[in-house]
Amino acid sequence: MSSSPGASTGERAAAPAGERPPVGALVEVVDLVKHFPITRGVILQRRIGAVRAVDGVSFEVRRGETLGIVGETGCGKSTTAKLIMRLLDPTSGQVRFDGRDITRLKGAPLKAMRRDMQMIFQDPYSSLNPRKTVGSIIGDPFAIHGLERGRAQRKRAVQALMETVGLNPEHYNRYPHEFSGGQRQRIGVARALALRPKLLIADEPVSALDVSIQAQVLNLLRDLQARFGLTLVFIAHDLSVVRHMCDRVAVMYLGKIVEIGPSDALYRFPRHPYTGALLSAVPVADPARARERRALVSGDVPSPANPPPACRFHTRCPKVRERCRTDEPALAPKGSGTEAACHFPLTEQEVARMHVVTGPVRPA
Amino acid sequence: MSSTTFDLIEGGRSAPLEPLTGTEIAARSPLELFWRRFRKDRIALVSLGFIVFLVVVAIAAPLVVKLLGAAGPDVQNPGALTQFGTPTGPSFAHHHIFGVDPLGRDVFSRVVYGARVSLEVAFIATGLSMMIGIGVGMVAGLYRGWVDTLLSRMIDLTLCFPVLLLGLGLGAACSQGNGCAGGTIKPGTDVVILVIVLATWTYIARIVRGQVLSLREKEFVQAARSLGASEARIIFREVLPNLTASIIVVATLFIPINILTEAALSFLGVGVQPPNPSWGGMLADATNIFNSAWWYMVFPGAALLLTVLAFNLVGDGLQDALQPRAAHT
Ligand SMILES: Nc1ncnc2c1ncn2[C@@H]1O[C@H](COP(=O)(O)OP(=O)(O)O)[C@@H](O)[C@H]1O
Ligand SMILES: [Mg+2]
Repeated sequence: MSSSPGASTGERAAAPAGERPPVGALVEVVDLVKHFPITRGVILQRRIGAVRAVDGVSFEVRRGETLGIVGETGCGKSTTAKLIMRLLDPTSGQVRFDGRDITRLKGAPLKAMRRDMQMIFQDPYSSLNPRKTVGSIIGDPFAIHGLERGRAQRKRAVQALMETVGLNPEHYNRYPHEFSGGQRQRIGVARALALRPKLLIADEPVSALDVSIQAQVLNLLRDLQARFGLTLVFIAHDLSVVRHMCDRVAVMYLGKIVEIGPSDALYRFPRHPYTGALLSAVPVADPARARERRALVSGDVPSPANPPPACRFHTRCPKVRERCRTDEPALAPKGSGTEAACHFPLTEQEVARMHVVTGPVRPA
Repeated sequence: MSSTTFDLIEGGRSAPLEPLTGTEIAARSPLELFWRRFRKDRIALVSLGFIVFLVVVAIAAPLVVKLLGAAGPDVQNPGALTQFGTPTGPSFAHHHIFGVDPLGRDVFSRVVYGARVSLEVAFIATGLSMMIGIGVGMVAGLYRGWVDTLLSRMIDLTLCFPVLLLGLGLGAACSQGNGCAGGTIKPGTDVVILVIVLATWTYIARIVRGQVLSLREKEFVQAARSLGASEARIIFREVLPNLTASIIVVATLFIPINILTEAALSFLGVGVQPPNPSWGGMLADATNIFNSAWWYMVFPGAALLLTVLAFNLVGDGLQDALQPRAAHT
């Protein structure tokens, strides 16, 4: 049982519910690093390098807000989520939840903490155990924490949850394979909601779903967020889905945050060329524009095992200059509402020329 | 992401829910689905029938022998030998429907009792090696790191052993007098079981380890962990239930292999010890006199062949029914 000073469960139990004012952010991530070692050798495994999945990330998630995390596949979004969830142990850095360091929590305090944060996974097929009934999957959180004891009571609780997420409660005894992708994702949502968490992390919850069903699941998440006062971390690999969900957005590239700020500001005036590239990658109906936007960012994401030095985006950046190859830019306000890590941020003219399609501008 | 997504979201209120599944999908457990598929496999069903028949015959061996009026497996009937002392062939008149062996013992009765030995050895050996293999495989797969490295090297090392040589060595060492290891391993079936377990647990451990490694990456295991499930709960509630299909298939495929190993060891004289009947032992005896007593080889040989075939066919059928995707790739 190791917990940092002032972070014991005793303190938590001692403070009567509602008495501690919810000050500060719900989640604070400080300099979080996760390197996956690459080893070679059979008996004596030599470490020959590391995948720098998350490489010094700091941000906060405020109470009640929705924070979006976007970036291409392999940028470290899921790893960040799993670090917050304590599904992975960080190489270094800290995750603070509700004001206490949870990075080294173990055993019973860790289990108790898990009630407060839950995750919705990307793949609705692999996230539900095919050998269990829906009732037993959604009832698992109760079983694990010894809540809603008794068959009838647990069944009632599970069926109430099923109704909440728009599933037919009569399908309690069915198996996951009998449901569509969208319904399976609802099952995952119900399981995540069972313990009434404060924080819900949705890791690309709709990427695997049909477009027509994506909207339903997104709307469900928004409704539930309002209804249960959830704080939401919403992960996506493109900005189009995030825009309508999030108050603030963090853009990740190769294990680092390159731009972070309020959605409005970020969409109106992206400063980091990578953010601009992602925004212009939002599908456009006009094929003439589509060709133009493809020229903006070329090539694949470099390997996180061997990221480019200094600014990691310099190998693909249309504005690259000598300084970008030698000098790493720090995340700093650029005067337009967001913080960006860039020596030569996009200018208004450049953004206008990019034909960034952010949909019709509507008054907030 | 097409514009439909936006339209629906920007509508500002929830789109209608997906139509809830109607009655067209009946609730079916994975077991029911398996049985529906397996039922269609005629060959596997017939083979399963044969295995059930064989098991019943083996369990009720004394009764079966008695009902058919045959002599016990060790009863020598000098009357069934010719005046030159050679065995006589199948005849209903003498109640020796499969003929007799050179000592005048009833071949039918010995084949039936031999089934008992074969199945007993195969089931016990398979069960033990499954237990060890599943245990080791799960530990290696779940803990990875140095535990996995150590266990995997152990598996590789054991896989290098030539089974029959090991069997012959152990058999020779343990088949004298009181056996070996201070008498805990007695000559006969004990030795056979020991050899089979030593030789096969590794294959099972490898299969289970591979499955666990892929299962532990599944998101439902992560989901259980994020809910606060203990390691034991994850093993028994999440991982093991997903292994049952492969475990059943592997077991049915190893049983015939183990039956053959037992027969081979007995054939070579280090397995089941005379006068106890065993198919392998009978085949060994029969090779010398095949020209004059074909029945002594044909009946135990056919029993062995049919049994192994039946288990293999059931195994294939189970594999098709339990893992339809794997079966078609
Ligand atoms: N368990 C792991 N072991 C080794 N490498 C990993 C592991 N998990 C993720 N990675 C690597 O870390 C990088 C970031 O992965 P991930 O966080 O899943 O990205 P994203 O969710 O943004 O697509 C990828 O290069 C991936 O291959
Ligand atoms: Mg991911």
